[in-house]
Order: sequence, then structure tokens, then C-alpha cells
Amino acid sequence: MDKKKLVIGVIGADVHAVGNSILQHAFEDAGFEVINLGVMVSQEEYISAAIETAADGILVSSLYGHGELDCRGLRDKCDEAGLKGILLYVGGNIVVGKQPFDEVERRFKAMGFDRVFGPGTAPETTIAALYEDFGIEKPEEE
Amino acid sequence: MKPILLVDFGSTNTKVTAVDVDGYRILGTATAYTTVETDINEGLDNAMKILEKTTGPLEFEERYACSSAAGGLKMVSIGLVPELTAQASREASLGAGAKVWKTYSFQLTKGDLKEIEEYHPDIILLTGGTDGGNTENILYNAQALSTLSYDCPIVIAGNRNAADRCEEILEGRSIYVCENVMPGLGELNVIPAQKQIREIFLKRIVQGKGLSRAADLVSGIIMPTPSAMMEAMELLAEGWEDHPGIGELIAVDLGGATTDVYSVAEGNPVNVGTVMKGLQEPYAKRSVEGDIGMRYSVHGILEAAGDRKLSLLSGIQRKRIPELVDFLGSHTDYIPDNEEMKHMDFALACAAVETAVTRHAGTLEQVYTPTGLTFLQSGKDLRKVKYVVATGGALIHGEKAEEIAKKALYDPQTPNSLRPENAEILIDKKYILAAMGLLSQYYPVAALEIMKKEIADYGHNE
Repeated sequence: MDKKKLVIGVIGADVHAVGNSILQHAFEDAGFEVINLGVMVSQEEYISAAIETAADGILVSSLYGHGELDCRGLRDKCDEAGLKGILLYVGGNIVVGKQPFDEVERRFKAMGFDRVFGPGTAPETTIAALYEDFGIEKPEEE
Repeated sequence: MKPILLVDFGSTNTKVTAVDVDGYRILGTATAYTTVETDINEGLDNAMKILEKTTGPLEFEERYACSSAAGGLKMVSIGLVPELTAQASREASLGAGAKVWKTYSFQLTKGDLKEIEEYHPDIILLTGGTDGGNTENILYNAQALSTLSYDCPIVIAGNRNAADRCEEILEGRSIYVCENVMPGLGELNVIPAQKQIREIFLKRIVQGKGLSRAADLVSGIIMPTPSAMMEAMELLAEGWEDHPGIGELIAVDLGGATTDVYSVAEGNPVNVGTVMKGLQEPYAKRSVEGDIGMRYSVHGILEAAGDRKLSLLSGIQRKRIPELVDFLGSHTDYIPDNEEMKHMDFALACAAVETAVTRHAGTLEQVYTPTGLTFLQSGKDLRKVKYVVATGGALIHGEKAEEIAKKALYDPQTPNSLRPENAEILIDKKYILAAMGLLSQYYPVAALEIMKKEIADYGHNE
């Protein structure tokens, strides 16, 4: 079967580059094809990249606390651009300050994200979620 | 001595350049009106007569030509997302020396097809999707193009996984499949498509334009003129084997209808901590400003620069500027014969060079992020480029060519525009660059040494 394709990047005016590179390697090791847009990615760039590469999911990172503003309307724009039903994840320090995670999760899900991951999430958690959402069987441990 | 003749069939002028490839020198140059309507050889004969007045009779061993006559190489580019494959497709066509009339993105509509039909391009470049990416769009557009009423050559350079099906859809037409212009996201691969375009130009276009009669006289029209210019600039920058080039450069070709800008430079960020935005641009990049030219497109200069700027540059009163611009736009073969018009032409040339190079060069934007100041760069950073080559009739024949060409340089008033900071101005005084690009296909060392001698280093000793 063809590899599932993921568009990843750090949204908005955020320049945190390290975690994003770690995610790229983790996702590739887990059997995904990764299109890494780097840092300071706009909503439009995620969408253009996903159209051109026919990606299966967009995974948005945000670490500087302004994710809530940056992510608003991304699902609507995806729908508008013909990417209906594309898998949307968001993760990192996505809101300002310490807020109860279940509230944060609810707000981002209301924005149209399929999954929301809080600070300190290990890549394995996200990978397990991807396997589940794509209906891929978890590969055997070597 | 081994004399070789190089001919450039331009839309208005046929230029001939005679060189001695053994002695690395120019024997002579001459210009006459292009006669594409009647017999293109007439103009060539006229130019030859003028040439021989200065050089005396010459026995040419080889003859090569380039052409931008009869509309040049007319192309239409098609891609998927405007700032991705559509842009890559456009860059590929421009770099191949084509006149890109329009670039389409997403699915072609019936209206688009009607437009294409009316424009009647010489070649269509069909792209869309990265390799393994979107196939739906390019297949849809292939289907749409299969309804064209004439057999327009179509170069297919999109998602490789869709190439076979595109071929099936367009079966029976002149189609050429080559590597994707964007194999991976943001990864530009324009050279294979450009080679293919050049080949089609050679095989098919030249015959179709009444240019083939010239083929008897010359060993063949081997490329479109802008493509010859590009070859010349790459050679001059990079050198050939153990003959060094002069390093990264930009070139401005100021014409009557368009202004072309070439850059042979990496254009990577100069400062650390700069984030790149948008599509990666080709190392050898050509841009064409269709609205910026000294005669046919003179109104575009006024629009881009404004009458205030033109007034400041020329010393002519603001309200008189539009009048003079109207005159120039309707008298396309006018050569300034009074002081006022000389000043006007000078101001227009300055504004044209500045506008065209600003559009070609990248930009740097300051962004204050919660984590501090960051720079965003789009396009190429040309600040460290060492040379600006100026060419084009309107520029080299003017009195203040160097002053005009300096408008291509970095301006502290517009610090966001990444134009060369400290470049030396080189003027193509004998108008030989396109000819050298042609020559470089067979005698690269001679072409390089002649350019170095004639353009880069006056009074250079052998």
C-alpha cells in the first residue's frame, strides 16, 4: 500500500524549529511520507502543499501560545479549497498560559481539528492516533 | 583565423555579429530591419552588406542564428496551485526563452480553452501535482486540451504518476513527456522541460514561422533569442572548464516592448535566522516584464513609477509627462531628437530598470514575533551579486547607460528590495550577448573570452 502523506509545519509567526524536525523523523520512521514546511507556515501554505501533493493529513504544530488565533478557520479554508474531510491534527503549547486541557481540546475540536495534543505529548502518541485514524495496523516491533 | 557568423532575427532588427573564434575577437557587427513578412533573408542580406563594409568580404565557415521574430516563442503554462506548480511551469517556460502569454492554475474552463484557442500558442506546458501527488487536476486539463482544434505541441511535465494517462488522453497529438517541474513540494526541476521546449522550437516552430528559408543561409536557427541571452549569462558567470567566469551576476535587457531581467545567482539568505518563504527560484532565472518597455509598453512605466518620479528624474513638468508618454507609445520607432525627449527617455529608462529589477529580486520582510525579530525572505537575495550587465538597444545606445543601469542597484529608500549592493556595471556596448550565447553552444571558450574582453574588462590584455 502507498504510504500515507502528512503535511507538517509550525504555524503562524512561530520559529520553534527543533520539535518539528524531530516529528518529521518520527513520522518517517513510523512509515509515513512527510512534507515538512518548516517554521512560520501560513494556513494557505498548508493547504497549497496538501493540494499539490494530495496529502492525507495536515499536522499543525504551535509552541508559542498563539495557536488559537493562528488555527482559526483552517478547516473552513480546507473545505473551501476542496480538501474536504482531510485529517487535521494540532499539537504543542497551543494556548496562552495553563488552561485545563479538556477545555482547550473542546475549543480546537470545535474549530474542526480531528485531534488535539497538549504540551509534552510524545511522538508515539500521535503516531498511534494516526494509525488508528487511517486504519493502519501497527507494525510489529523488531 | 576562423570567421563565424551569428545572426539574431529580432522582431524589429536583424543583428549580425562576425567573430573570429581562433583569435577570440569580434570582427564586426551590423543591424538592419527584419523582413519576416516578405522574405526574412532580405533583412539578413541588408545587414550582411553593412557588415561587409567594415569587415570586407568574409568566408564564414559556420553560421548560427537565434530568433525572436514573428512573436517569438509563444507559450501558455498550466499548473495546479498558483504559487506552486503553476509558478514552476511559468518559470520553466520563461527560462526556455518563451513569451508566456498566460499561466493557468486549477482546472481549465471552457472560457480558458477559448482564450488559448484564440491566442494560438506554439507550445503548451502542462503540469500539476508533485510526483505521487495530485493526479486529478492534470488529467482533467489533459482532457480539456484534447479538444483543441489544432495540433499544438504539449509538453507534459507534471506528476509522473499521471503521465501515462495523460498520454492516453492526448493520443494522436504532438505530446512530449518529461520530468516533473516540481517532483517534490517546493523542489524546482525546470531543466528537462526547458530542453524539451528548445527541441520542439528547433524542430517545429522555426519551420512554421517562415523562418526556415533563412535556414539555407545559416546552419539553422538553434534557439529563441532570450534563451541565447540566458546561455551567455550563465557562461559569463560560471566560466568554462579552466577558464574562470566572473561570478554571480544579473542582466537587464531593456527593450521597446518588454524588459527582461536575468539572474545567475543562488540568492540564498545572507543573514542567519532568515526564514525563506514561497517557491524556491531557479539558479538561472529569467523574468519578463511585459508592461515595461520604452515604446510599445511605455504607458506601463508611467503606471508603475508615477508621473512624480518621472518628473524628478527628467526635470520635465509633471503635467507634461503623460503627453510625452502618449507620443512615445504611438511613435514606436522614434529616436529622441531634442533635449526634452532625451531627458524623458532617460527618466523612462531609469524607471523601467528599477521596476523590472525590483520585481525580479527577492524581498526581505521584518516580522516581530513573540520570540523576537525575525526576517522573512521571498525570492532571491541578490545583494552580494558583483555585476550588473546592461543590454538592449534602448539602454546601450543612450548617453547615460551606466547611470541608468545603476537603477538596478540596492536603494536605501527601499531596503526591503534585495537588489545588488555594490555591483560593477558592465555595458554590452556592441550588443553581442545573444550572439555569444549562440556561439557558446559550439565554441564556449571563444564566447567566454570575447565576453570577458568586450564586456567585463575593457582594455584587458591577452
